[in-house]
Amino acid sequence: MTTPATASSRRPLWARVPVVSHLRQSVGLQRGMLVVGLVLTGLFLLTALLAPVLAPYGFAQLRGPDGAFGATQPPSAEHLLGTTQGGFDVLSRLIWGSRTALLVIVVAVVASILIGVALGLVAGYFGGWLDRVLVVIADAIYAFPSLLLAIVLAIVISGGQSSMWGGILAAALSITVIFIPQYLRVTRAEVIRVKSEAFVESARVVGASHVRIMTRHVLRNSTRTLPLILTLNASEAILTLAGLGFLGFGIEPTAAAEWGYDLNKAVADVSSGVWWTAVFPGTAIVLVVLGLTLVGESLNDLSDPRLRKRAAGEEPAEELLDPGVDPAPAVVSKETVA
Amino acid sequence: MTEIVDIRDLAVTFATDHGPVRAVDGVSLAVHPGEVLAVVGESGSGKTVTAKSILGLLPETATVRGAVVVRGRDDAAAGGGASAGGGDVVPMSASRLRQLRGRDAAMVFQEPSTSLNPVFTVGWQIAEGLRAHGRLSKQEARDKAIDIMRRVGIPDPETRVDHYPHQFSGGQKQRIVIAQALALDPGVIVADEPTTALDVTVQAEILDLLRRCRDEFGAAIVLITHNMGVVADLADRVAVMYQGKLVEQAPVRELFANPQEPYTRQLLAAVPRIGEGLARAEERASRRPAGWEDQAPVVAARDLRIVYPGRFRQPDFVAVDGVSFAIRPGEVLGLVGESGSGKTTIGRAMAGLTRVSGGSFEVLGVEMAGARERDIRPIRPRIGFVFQDPATSFNPLLTIAQCVAEPLVVNGRFGSAEDARARVDELLEAVQLPASYGDRYPHELSGGQRQRASLARALALDPELLIADEPTSALDVSVQARVLDLFDELHRELGFAALFISHDLAVVDMLADRIAVLHRGRLVEEGTGAEVLGAPSDAYTQRLLASLPVPDPVEQAERRAQWEALRG
Repeated sequence: MTTPATASSRRPLWARVPVVSHLRQSVGLQRGMLVVGLVLTGLFLLTALLAPVLAPYGFAQLRGPDGAFGATQPPSAEHLLGTTQGGFDVLSRLIWGSRTALLVIVVAVVASILIGVALGLVAGYFGGWLDRVLVVIADAIYAFPSLLLAIVLAIVISGGQSSMWGGILAAALSITVIFIPQYLRVTRAEVIRVKSEAFVESARVVGASHVRIMTRHVLRNSTRTLPLILTLNASEAILTLAGLGFLGFGIEPTAAAEWGYDLNKAVADVSSGVWWTAVFPGTAIVLVVLGLTLVGESLNDLSDPRLRKRAAGEEPAEELLDPGVDPAPAVVSKETVA
Repeated sequence: MTEIVDIRDLAVTFATDHGPVRAVDGVSLAVHPGEVLAVVGESGSGKTVTAKSILGLLPETATVRGAVVVRGRDDAAAGGGASAGGGDVVPMSASRLRQLRGRDAAMVFQEPSTSLNPVFTVGWQIAEGLRAHGRLSKQEARDKAIDIMRRVGIPDPETRVDHYPHQFSGGQKQRIVIAQALALDPGVIVADEPTTALDVTVQAEILDLLRRCRDEFGAAIVLITHNMGVVADLADRVAVMYQGKLVEQAPVRELFANPQEPYTRQLLAAVPRIGEGLARAEERASRRPAGWEDQAPVVAARDLRIVYPGRFRQPDFVAVDGVSFAIRPGEVLGLVGESGSGKTTIGRAMAGLTRVSGGSFEVLGVEMAGARERDIRPIRPRIGFVFQDPATSFNPLLTIAQCVAEPLVVNGRFGSAEDARARVDELLEAVQLPASYGDRYPHELSGGQRQRASLARALALDPELLIADEPTSALDVSVQARVLDLFDELHRELGFAALFISHDLAVVDMLADRIAVLHRGRLVEEGTGAEVLGAPSDAYTQRLLASLPVPDPVEQAERRAQWEALRG
């Protein structure tokens, strides 16, 4: 990830990491949104990482020391959130499910960034027929309902079998295909903008090769918006995964826990008054998506100086005149005095 | 009569990412009815912020202290205080500010092409201000719009009132923006660099119109500008600002004749004047060895033609049409022209950034017409290029040293930017930058420092030919003077041939051995500085020269009369 060019190079490295620098800049409601988003996302990450410690039972566990859990048991001391129709512990499925979701997000986002950015860079930099072909393909993918595409790909990739990694890869890669056009488009637009900047022309005048211009001058200046799409896409990835699971193209309950699958199985329960099998996985999806979206939207607003709110300026005070406080006029004065 | 605008001890602080920044610091100013007050200063001096505070147009990140009292025209004439019409703008509510804007004070912006809404007719946009301040029928508003357009000199206003902004030229657009400001007959018009985005010949027309705003409409004008020529032409009184403070305030003739403050003196001395370059050119000529004139030229253009292909079903655009010139070794050719004259296109074609469509263009022995990237690459190290805008010509993620080292690394002189550091330090020293600046990032340098670093980069490979595309047009006057001096000094030491592109005749005059004047893609005149500027033979060159305001109010008054005769 790149650091924003506006950040002073003198600030410590940790303060220039995207999310941290955004948090330091934010005030008021924007800060509140970002903090809520970060807390929700943090909870999600922690749950996923510590699943084996947090979950009372395994995700495919049907019986404890006292025998079978029993189907559709209401919440109790043994099963804090009750059990499902299939006899699984809801809380455990919920916790283990975060792990699946995280893996899918990571694989999907990493794969689509790598491919999308590379294609966008080439398309934007060289233009011409290559650019046109890639953009037409991207547009064609846009035209498909994304879930339909994901279903087709899930069938192609996993071929119906559903081991944990098979299922995760199928879900992740089908999401990847939907996301590549987004990264391609965003990177391409940025590359086209950066390409016409004077510093790229100056590299051309100097005689730099295309590869050098692309990697050294264009690429790093074109990736500034990616952290924003990344968070927004992560939430979309969860929704697609849940949708796949809900429609029955997800992962078998014995291979891994998956919220969408649990929701699917809970459909019948709702009408018979069994609320706990649907509400909790549903809430989990909503909260994670909300958290990631809040982070993404806040980053989007904070990265744009026109949208960013700032703390109201202090009443003009005399110490502001100290040139040490404000570096800009000091530089100017050197220029004019010398 | 009292002041129409009274600014008392104004201080403005902006909240930024790097903490509060004081933009204006204790400024007290008064504008009398019917006078032109010029606020002069470099970028960052707080002149725009001061002027915007008159209309309460500061962003919400600004904290304002002090008082800005704006009086309506009638109040000021009656000698009354801040009554119902005007008042202190600083604590004013949004709805009262809306009443005040347009009626008591109006604004003219710098860039006429962006300050008009492209999807509405200009008549509608002028009428919008009228409707906001009173009940007017559609027909009345339209009649008033036509009337005001006629008064600002738009020909055939009855038809033009229904045209859209893109159907007007830049100068006409600025006239319409001024018409918008004049629509409600405000007591004061704030004009923020009203002519900076315009060509010299158009600038002269707009200045003439602003003078009429004062004389015929009786409006006071707060003119914000960095151009001392414009000040000399138009202003009655001048306020000089520096780093948010008011440095000096005086009537225009007094200020130019007898500046009190050292900063004002320095500012005035930095303004390039036509005729200064003559001595330099003679001195350069005397240093040249015998037989220099017969040397083979570094650059030779014959009937050069550059065409931009038209878009779908549009005719091609001929940017450069049948231009011939030559640059001999060590010679500086100044290329002058207004926007759209093709001067930048020629410079870009010379560096192989734009394709040549016809004629012959020989650069360092390579024919650029029909040349491929492979043919151009060998001569690239022998050409240096200085770009117009120092803010964008550096990769923001690389340090200055890495940027300056780039040509050395790309051309294999050094393995990496670190290896090249010794040479980079030498180069930075040559352009009078401390070697430690190499570790800074481009945004940490001021415009002038960046342009000097840009010069260092262009000279890194010791080029035989340097192309400078408006290298100083983005800089303040005093900074520009230093960059031009540096350019001259380096040229004396290194002896490169150069193409110096500029829209400013005075700047070109300072540096160039010969001057070529371009007009709409054609070369209208070429010769030494003395020939072209001293005794221009072409009508366009004459007009260009007469339009250029000189930074001396007395002389400018004479020149204005001359210009009016030429126009008449």
